[in-house]
Amino acid sequence: MRNSFEKTRASRALLLVFVCSLLLLIVSFSTSVSAQADNDSDTPADSILALAAPAPATDLKAFDTDNDHGHSITIEWTLSADDGAGANSVISYRIMKSESPDGPFDSVGLVPLGATSHVNSSAIDKNSEGYFSDNTDYYYRVEAMTTNAALFSSSEIVGPVQSSGQWFNAGLVPVLIAILIFTILTMIFVQLAKKGMDLYVRPLAGIEAVDEAIGRATEMGRPILYVLGLGSAADIATIASFTILGRVAKKVAEYQTELNVPCYDPIVMAVAQEVVKSAFIDAGRPEAYKDDIVHFITNSQFAYVGAVNGIIMRDLPATNVYMGKFFAESLILAETGAAAGSIQIAGTDEIPQIPFFFVACDYTLIGEELFAASAYLGREPELLGSLKAQDYAKAVLLASAIIGILLINIFPDFGETFKSWFEVID
Amino acid sequence: MEFTTFLWTTVAAFLTLAVFSFLYKDNPMYKFAEHLFVGVSAGYFVIILWHGALVPNLFKKLADGDWWYFVPGILGVMMFARFFKKSSWISRWPLAMYIGISTGLAIPLEMANRVNRQLWAMMEPINWSSFWGERYLDIGSGYSELFIFVGTVSALVYFFFSKAHTGAFGAVAKFGIWTLMLGFGASFGFTVMARISLFINRIQYLDINWGQTAFNAADTSNVNYHAGFQALFWAVWLIFLVYAVFEYKKYLSNKDKPSQAAGTSA
Repeated sequence: MRNSFEKTRASRALLLVFVCSLLLLIVSFSTSVSAQADNDSDTPADSILALAAPAPATDLKAFDTDNDHGHSITIEWTLSADDGAGANSVISYRIMKSESPDGPFDSVGLVPLGATSHVNSSAIDKNSEGYFSDNTDYYYRVEAMTTNAALFSSSEIVGPVQSSGQWFNAGLVPVLIAILIFTILTMIFVQLAKKGMDLYVRPLAGIEAVDEAIGRATEMGRPILYVLGLGSAADIATIASFTILGRVAKKVAEYQTELNVPCYDPIVMAVAQEVVKSAFIDAGRPEAYKDDIVHFITNSQFAYVGAVNGIIMRDLPATNVYMGKFFAESLILAETGAAAGSIQIAGTDEIPQIPFFFVACDYTLIGEELFAASAYLGREPELLGSLKAQDYAKAVLLASAIIGILLINIFPDFGETFKSWFEVID
Repeated sequence: MEFTTFLWTTVAAFLTLAVFSFLYKDNPMYKFAEHLFVGVSAGYFVIILWHGALVPNLFKKLADGDWWYFVPGILGVMMFARFFKKSSWISRWPLAMYIGISTGLAIPLEMANRVNRQLWAMMEPINWSSFWGERYLDIGSGYSELFIFVGTVSALVYFFFSKAHTGAFGAVAKFGIWTLMLGFGASFGFTVMARISLFINRIQYLDINWGQTAFNAADTSNVNYHAGFQALFWAVWLIFLVYAVFEYKKYLSNKDKPSQAAGTSA
């Protein structure tokens, strides 16, 4: 009985030793396999993912990009079955391009998982890196990438496809329509103004002050300082400022007052010289014009401001006119002018600078008022007509905004359609 | 800091103080800083234009065989006609080209960015369910959307020039200018804070980079520290002190004289 009991205990102990040995074997085997896998890849997860390449991207399409200047091809595809699903192993897509279906293919882009398109474009300059020419056959394929750079799957190759520029950008049709409406309105109101129709424009204090300020300068025998700002001759604010400068220069020539126009940009200086010269001729005093009325200072923002501040403190102008594009220098100029006791009139479309002109100048033209100023000063039919056209264009915009916001809140579907009429697509 | 480096730090400190001295009044130190800055920047601009514009955008293109770049090249040369009285009219052609092309490019761009895109972005459904935020007097997204719409419309009304701002129209326009002023006020405060941080930076430069370096003999970064460091520091202040004494003497000599304005009125 005792022997039998001991036999049973011994056999149980043997069984336990066997099971433990087996467990140890399994654990040590799996550890060695895991260690081996660790040596082969960066993360333990790779050991599982590395077993199979991901499913490739499908339905690859490559076509010339619409509404552009050329040198651009758009590639679209359907996501790999392993992108966010399946083995969930795709981390990105690599876009490959070649001039031959047989290769070699070069990488031209990498997009993250979930992306289904890529625009392969280049600079217009043929000397730039990555430039590719229009009307040349290209072939594309997309590679679904995993964390293991060597493990990816390629889609089918598509092509040949060529890029070309379009003459008409359909994405800018809303802009074309807006410009056409504005042009038609301008033509109508210019004609009405020419026919003698009385076009009412409400008074603007800042603009009415210009004539008064020129008269004050004449009485005091001090110069008028006209600053065109830091914009280039291409900026709308600078162009508006040229027109106002013409009006101021004409009055200055008539009153025989001194005018000083320090410039930041050489091209602006050249244009301003022409404007002032024409104004002096219109005033019947061409002999009073001198080239150094309009002069260049420097193309460095704060050096320019330093010099203009020096002019203000040394010449003590009776009137300072700041019209155009201004940046961080606005308050420095306006404060110095206020310290010199000058009457100051400012106008800019740079929203962040308007508050500074408000606090330091006597009159400030806000944004659009700067563009309207030339029409106010000139009272010429063409300019008054364009001012009226601007107002009517604004009325159209206002009505569109109100209709749009009502529609989108009450009838969302109609509203979205209406909203899309204004969408500009680059 | 090497003594030669400290010399340039002192020059920068002197120029900083010279520019600050303009707060008192226009003076010789400010004039020196102003003329130096203008001269250096104008010369620098010429070099930038040469290496950044003319060489890569014209000479290199011509060398690469892009012969049509002769057209802008010739237009540029035509600008030099301004130097000759009889032929100065020739320079109007490139100017006309420049202004015409620039305006043609600017108008669609301005229309797209300032009109179409703004109008498009404004047409958003108002989120009435979160008109107010979760806390008392908290602003929710619905309130913001409504305020943007009302603010934009009323500000646009303010910029109507064809109708007098009277009656209901005037009230809307007044709300529009209030909205604009709110924006301007916020912008003003934001920018002033940025300017004050620039001022603090400049004071720190004078204190740490200049003043402390001049007197910190124990600083191991001051290579071969000697009395010249302090001498330079005091030399700068001496210039300003001499000017202050000169100004004070001028004030004393003019104190008893009648002013020019008073003399004229008398």
